Amino acid sequence: MGAVVASLSMQTKQRRPSRDKAEDELEMTVVCHRPEGLEQLEAQTKFTKRELQILYRGFKNECPSGLVNEDTFKQIYAQFFPHGDASTYAHYLFNAFDSGQNGSVKFEDFVMALSILLRGSIREKLRWTFNLYDLNKDGYINKEEMTDIVRAIYDMMGKYTYPVLRDEAPRQHVDAFFQKMDKNKDGVVTLDEFIASCQEDDNIMQSLQLFENVI
Amino acid sequence: MAAGVAAWLPFARAAAIGWMPVANCPMPIAPSDKSRRQDELIILNVSGRRFQTWRTTLDRYPDTLLGSSEKEFFYNEETKEYFFDRDPDVFRSVLNFYRTGKLHYPRYECISAYDEELAFFGIIPEIIGDCCYEEYKDRKRENAERLMDDNDPENSKEGNLPNLNFRETMWRAFENPHTSTMALVFYYVTGFFIAISVITNVVETVPCGIHQNQKDLPCGERYSVAFFCLDTACVMIFTVEYLLRLFAAPSRYRFIRSVMSIIDVVAIMPYYIGLVMTNNEDVSGAFVTLRVFRVFRIFKFSRHSQGLRILGYTLKSCASELGFLLFSLTMAIIIFATVMYYAEKGSSASKFTSIPASFWYTIVTMTTLGYGDMVPKTIAGKIFGSICSLSGVLVIALPVPVIVSNFSRIYHQNQRADKRRAQKVQKARLARIRVSKTGSSNAFLRSKRNGLLNEALELTGSGEEDQHLSKSTSIIESQHHHLLHCLEKTTNHEFVDEQVFEHNCLESGMKNYTSRSPSLDSSHGLTGTCCSRRSKKTTHLPNSSVPATRLRSMQELSAIHIQCGEQQALSTSRSSLNVQSDEALRLNCQSSQITTAIISIPTPPTASPEGSLPQPSSPSQPSAGVNIVKVSAL
Repeated sequence: MGAVVASLSMQTKQRRPSRDKAEDELEMTVVCHRPEGLEQLEAQTKFTKRELQILYRGFKNECPSGLVNEDTFKQIYAQFFPHGDASTYAHYLFNAFDSGQNGSVKFEDFVMALSILLRGSIREKLRWTFNLYDLNKDGYINKEEMTDIVRAIYDMMGKYTYPVLRDEAPRQHVDAFFQKMDKNKDGVVTLDEFIASCQEDDNIMQSLQLFENVI
Repeated sequence: MAAGVAAWLPFARAAAIGWMPVANCPMPIAPSDKSRRQDELIILNVSGRRFQTWRTTLDRYPDTLLGSSEKEFFYNEETKEYFFDRDPDVFRSVLNFYRTGKLHYPRYECISAYDEELAFFGIIPEIIGDCCYEEYKDRKRENAERLMDDNDPENSKEGNLPNLNFRETMWRAFENPHTSTMALVFYYVTGFFIAISVITNVVETVPCGIHQNQKDLPCGERYSVAFFCLDTACVMIFTVEYLLRLFAAPSRYRFIRSVMSIIDVVAIMPYYIGLVMTNNEDVSGAFVTLRVFRVFRIFKFSRHSQGLRILGYTLKSCASELGFLLFSLTMAIIIFATVMYYAEKGSSASKFTSIPASFWYTIVTMTTLGYGDMVPKTIAGKIFGSICSLSGVLVIALPVPVIVSNFSRIYHQNQRADKRRAQKVQKARLARIRVSKTGSSNAFLRSKRNGLLNEALELTGSGEEDQHLSKSTSIIESQHHHLLHCLEKTTNHEFVDEQVFEHNCLESGMKNYTSRSPSLDSSHGLTGTCCSRRSKKTTHLPNSSVPATRLRSMQELSAIHIQCGEQQALSTSRSSLNVQSDEALRLNCQSSQITTAIISIPTPPTASPEGSLPQPSSPSQPSAGVNIVKVSAL
């Protein structure tokens, strides 16, 4: 008798979590995000109203729900690099865009990152890039993180390259990078070292200005 | 590139800033957006209905009418709109294609009207989305068949193809009796004789004896001579017909293997075998059995009846359902026979002597025949017997509607062969879509070559004349290519074609040729390549993309033949094309034609100023009267 009661109660307990899960799933599919008003975004970013309008139209077309999750992001990014595998780099990019670290990118995140990248000062751009390279967000870039990033970039090239991609290429690239960036040779690159080294390099300075007129 | 994704291109380009600190070399300059107009609404007036959309929406597909400059032909100056005298309903689908990137086929539209509109607007139907593609293809196929059916009787009535020889005319006459009077006569004569033969076989067994014996004689034995003569006549006609068909068949081997000819053979063989074997009394039993095969003559009617053929074909195609029916019946029979046998084992004088003996009872009961020659006597047997009959109804009733519906579906639709053809078309379509997707990567390689030649010509100052060379790449495409170019520069590797890649790797055994372009090596700092220069290469077509990549490859020899239409002094001929785009070669010639070819030059041409390689400026060096400039990259 006691066993019967116990088994019955166990059954009801098991049923309840599954019901909650169903409700959770229902919530997730329905949620839709609307961005803040146009004026607020205009104040927070360096875009004009018209530019924000154009950006939002494109964003909403691809993601009607207002949120980009990582898979969609990877898919979109992979379309631009048909030769190779862009998923790893897209993953790192997504983490850099997702300021709230909640697994989805809203329009505000999107637009603020773009504002920094396209209209920000050199220091801001470099800080954003540092943030991108610093995978665990601890304020330091070590060799492993840099190797991961560089390998992800090389993955986007794909297999059919000239000259043929060799395994040591990313590693050599990272060594060259650390040679240049790591001033005190302690094996990690801090934000200040990074910014200082980049400002010394003309190539980098020039290329940072490259995409000013993207919008 | 998908349309909607084009909206994310600015973001992807901005994100490219993440590569900049990693790259060692300077990036190429971004394409300038020459037409920096604001995004404007344009009005499309289609037979009075006005559609409005952004200009950039239409620009997403530059190889269609609305996306290219072709729409300017339809521009109406007074009303400042584009007027198209076409169907506005279909135009909705067309415009939605630009908006969403997916082309849909509305079911209520006529297929040929839709095709015409698509052709007018320059959209290929292959990109219809998966949701509507099946419907589109089905409708198209039906339409095509209807047109074919309409055409065929017309053709045959006209009596074309006068050049058929005698054999082919005979074959046509056999296959299609309506082609000529002779064929029709032959058709009816054979039909008549088939009927005679079948009726003879039937009547042969009817007892028509008179009161001579106690046992009535079947007619066959009474009038044996008459029947024999009839049989002989029929068989002779059939034999002649078979031999004529064999003679006329275009492919004798295939004819022999066909079902109809097998039926013919089986129909006439017993007679000949009987002729041979009349003497031997021992095998007369077998001879009698052979006569059974004469009934197969009735199948010869299927040549005369289209419906029979379709029935036969349908049964063949329903084979799986029939097989399932048979299998389930067999299972049920075995189960119930076993149960009935053990249930009735106890009762005395039971007819259920063994399980196979019970099969008969089970079959008769399940098909609700109920002969009554075997009945259960025990109570258990009766219970199971009733369960058996109830379940029989179910087991038989279930697969039968499936077969019936199959029959009607196949009868009305077209045959499996057409479906197989449709599957091939589906595969071809997917292959084409795949090719167009990979085409985006090839587009980049192609544009590299075009870009190179464009820059070469732009720098001569004759900007107008490069237009006939370059395909008009849209702004989005050029920006996308710039992005890919930046990636190349970041990683110090280049994208190449798959064939080129494999070619490169195959050549890794050849001897190295020392480069005489120090600037290239220093600026790019290659850590070594797996491919060496080749000394002689003549195989590639001038227009393929391979020479294009060669131009950019540092260790290949390539040459551009530039034929100058006019006698212009050539300012320089640089030996290296593999430098930054703004350092590329400068030619002061108005070229009307450019072909690319690969030649092998072990030494650079003397006309090239080697020392000026790293400098962006080019010293002028007139080579008077020379029309052909050879520029080779070392």
